[in-house]
Amino acid sequence: KSHQTNQCVCKVLTVDTMNSCVKKVEYAVRGPIVLRAVQIEKELKEGVQKPFSEVIKANIGDAHAMGQQPITFFRQVLAMCSYPELLDDDRFPEDAKGRARRILQGCGGQSIGAYSASQGIECVRQDVARYVERRDGGVPSDPDNIYLTTGASDGIVTMLKLLVAGEGRSRTGVMISIPQYPLYSAALAELGAVQVNYFLNEERCWSLDVSELRRALADARRHCNPRALCIINPGNPTGQVQSRQCIEDVIRFAAKERLFLMADEVYQDNVYAEGCEFHSFKKVLFEMGPEFSSTVELASFHSTSKCYMGECGFRGGYMEVVNMDPEVKAQLTKLVSVRLCPPVPGQALMDLVVNPPQPGEPSYSTFIRERKATLSSLAERARLTEQILNTVPGIACNPVQGAMYSFPRVTLPARAIREAEERGQAPDMFYCMKLLEETGICLVPGSGFGQRDGTFHFRMTILPPTDKLKILLSKVKDFHQRFIQQYS
Amino acid sequence: MSVLRAISPDLSRIRLVDQDCLSKRAAQIREALLQGLERPFKHLIDISLGDAHRGGLQPITFVRQVISACLYPSLLDSGRLPTDVKSRARNLLKQCEGESVGSYTATCGLPKIQHSLSEFISRRDRGVPSSPENIFITSGSQQALMLVLRLFVHGKGSLQTGIMTPVPSSPLFNMALSSLGGAVVPYHLCEEEGWTLRLDEMRRALATARRHCNPMGLYVINPGNPVGQVQSQKSIEDVIRFAAEEKLFLLADEVYQDSVHDPTAEFVSYKRVLHEMGPPYSNTVELASFNSASKGFMGECGLRGGYVEFVNLDSAVMGHIYTLFSTEACTAVMGQIALDIMANPPRSGDASYTAFFEEVQNRRNTLNNNAKRVQETLNSLDGMSCQPIRGGIYAFPQLHLPARAVAKAEEAGVAPDLLYCMLLLEEMGLCVGPGSEHLQRKDTHHLRLCIATPEDTLQEVLERLSTFHLHFMRLFSG
Repeated sequence: KSHQTNQCVCKVLTVDTMNSCVKKVEYAVRGPIVLRAVQIEKELKEGVQKPFSEVIKANIGDAHAMGQQPITFFRQVLAMCSYPELLDDDRFPEDAKGRARRILQGCGGQSIGAYSASQGIECVRQDVARYVERRDGGVPSDPDNIYLTTGASDGIVTMLKLLVAGEGRSRTGVMISIPQYPLYSAALAELGAVQVNYFLNEERCWSLDVSELRRALADARRHCNPRALCIINPGNPTGQVQSRQCIEDVIRFAAKERLFLMADEVYQDNVYAEGCEFHSFKKVLFEMGPEFSSTVELASFHSTSKCYMGECGFRGGYMEVVNMDPEVKAQLTKLVSVRLCPPVPGQALMDLVVNPPQPGEPSYSTFIRERKATLSSLAERARLTEQILNTVPGIACNPVQGAMYSFPRVTLPARAIREAEERGQAPDMFYCMKLLEETGICLVPGSGFGQRDGTFHFRMTILPPTDKLKILLSKVKDFHQRFIQQYS
Repeated sequence: MSVLRAISPDLSRIRLVDQDCLSKRAAQIREALLQGLERPFKHLIDISLGDAHRGGLQPITFVRQVISACLYPSLLDSGRLPTDVKSRARNLLKQCEGESVGSYTATCGLPKIQHSLSEFISRRDRGVPSSPENIFITSGSQQALMLVLRLFVHGKGSLQTGIMTPVPSSPLFNMALSSLGGAVVPYHLCEEEGWTLRLDEMRRALATARRHCNPMGLYVINPGNPVGQVQSQKSIEDVIRFAAEEKLFLLADEVYQDSVHDPTAEFVSYKRVLHEMGPPYSNTVELASFNSASKGFMGECGLRGGYVEFVNLDSAVMGHIYTLFSTEACTAVMGQIALDIMANPPRSGDASYTAFFEEVQNRRNTLNNNAKRVQETLNSLDGMSCQPIRGGIYAFPQLHLPARAVAKAEEAGVAPDLLYCMLLLEEMGLCVGPGSEHLQRKDTHHLRLCIATPEDTLQEVLERLSTFHLHFMRLFSG
């Protein structure tokens, strides 16, 4: 240790000389509790005795990690794209071969190993635009407004970079829901932007009230220049699916207050609850007529990591910009070129997601069957999670209407809260760490996402296979009851 | 008026790369040819980008077989793939959560691949130890460079972070630095000496820069991009000593380490030299070394696989780097797999070894032959001179343009070498890059050609270029 202290005196890059904004960056989804979980896994491997035999990582929205199977058609096409000799292999259906050939045609030197244009492979952007048009009932989409990205995160961070400017009282403020997905808070911290929190209403199923948006904005205007409003629909971590009325209200609010809208829609196929439906911001915007559709500036984000694909490891995504000023768009195009291009396999995968097998094609029935099975299994696990958690006194779980997570509220005894504070830990981190040590289940404490003062939550994925999920939920139930008893 | 009009000044400052206009025009011409438009050439050749596959070189079979098996594990049951491909794919899949390449990996990459890389580095460096936890697997070396820059760059006015960068430069690095609000501190490489790094020039650049910013880092590219120099061990030692004396963090971009053409030159890593210099340098100088699967014998640019190895960094800083990097989830798994094969290729005795070795040798021979031929041909042309291409994948010849050509360019409001490139594209269907986008000494002009292309393509390139050049010089002379 002292050796390091001596070194610090001579080092160029220290915590004092580095970019101070970086110090404020946190990302709970892969943060301290996960690092401890990984450590515990190592200990288990080394034969250390624990009250459990495996660590269950219910902290991250990774479906394949929990056993979800990929869509056959997608993997067939991608295999042929990587090794085109397979195009003459009889095991692959003709429609898959056709897709592979088309994608390769769009690649430099007909190889997925060539750089693509920074904005993404042209034929893929065209297919994305057509998908968006179909999805949104014919609302036109221009491929030139489509940017392929490295996961949705890349697009989100790029847009935030574009948005953040000014100094002091004119520093850009960005409105984000509380609870939120901590990529937003991390990016805003690094950019030195002002994070403007608006609270979702837990009592009403995490709905968004425009009155709360107004309050947050008015407060923010006293000390910064709010320019953007971010919304995640379906929500992460909260799982609510906003009603159409709500989306219209948000659009009207953004129009009136001249805010740039960022709509994170990566869970758009993950809608489970009866009576809930995904409405894209773009579609609603255009259906509200030219007063709004020709003025409101919007960026919508999608990804190959979630929905029924769950292909996180490909880092595929896109964003669509609407009503963007041409000069700003030129800057955006410049900015994306700095990172060269998104991984080509992810671009190819996105092409398949927006252009899946059609009725009549050889792969269609298998594709539909696989997709349906995955989505209905997720719906079942969403329902199960809510049901079981709500049987635990002291745990209250809102319906998991969509996305991939439950975000239940836990009531913690005062003694537990005090002990946590003595240790310098957020009470729900204290709770989750104990849960990890006693059961091997890794969750993310609500403090990592933001929550109303004095409330505590955790985020748990609905992704483990049903049998395992039932076991997990009963372990959480048992732990909670023990915890309450211990600290009462 | 748009909400976004008042965007950050840092972004406006990024120079739009000239490459874009040429690329767009090249795409238009290609499209026009497909539509049947008459041109003095049958097809377009584009060797402006450092992209081997786009240039016509084939991927390495073993790499693609492993990737396809990882993507579609049913292939593991077929007779179609060699046994070593299958066992590599099986091993890799076992490392992935849920045995799927569709899962996220750990932030810094699959531990097994970090481990392979650390062994690769250690073997390369004659046994200098390398620790997997100092290796971050990234989306190409570009993401790693940006990650490091994000840590460094802050401050305004005289406190603005500056990074010394070579001229001719890597335009992408300079763009990245500018977009983050950092200052580019240029130091000129010495063309007449074969693009060497000169300490006197570096000292001059640093002293000048200190008047208006806070230089914290020194970016070196070895082998050079686009200039193709390969630093001697002594040169590297001098640079390390300079960095130590001047308290500069070293960023060593070594992505072309696998492409050395001159048999008298040898790639030696900054890390190895640092280690061999012993204390105090070896345990104090802070270094980040960058490598990638985009270059070298693989040329897998589109897979986006790269890494950075950190040496002598403060442990608290390392913690922050990790947290910062974790917000980007992880590097695409295909890119990670390409790196694994780069670090740990088939060995003698493996089923794929013979074919693999042959493909790689052919690739190396192609590049060596191309380097030689380009130099010879371009040096034989009046009005062109080309320094020895010791390494890397580009030729960067100097154009000695007649005054009338320069004047014509000024009239048109473009850099003279860009004008040359635009005319070359229109008349000969050959797309090469202008030196202007790399920064260069005032009143000098250059071209950038990627030599990672099949030999017969290069032959065609040189024929078209020579024809055009003679015509151009005649047109603008006298």
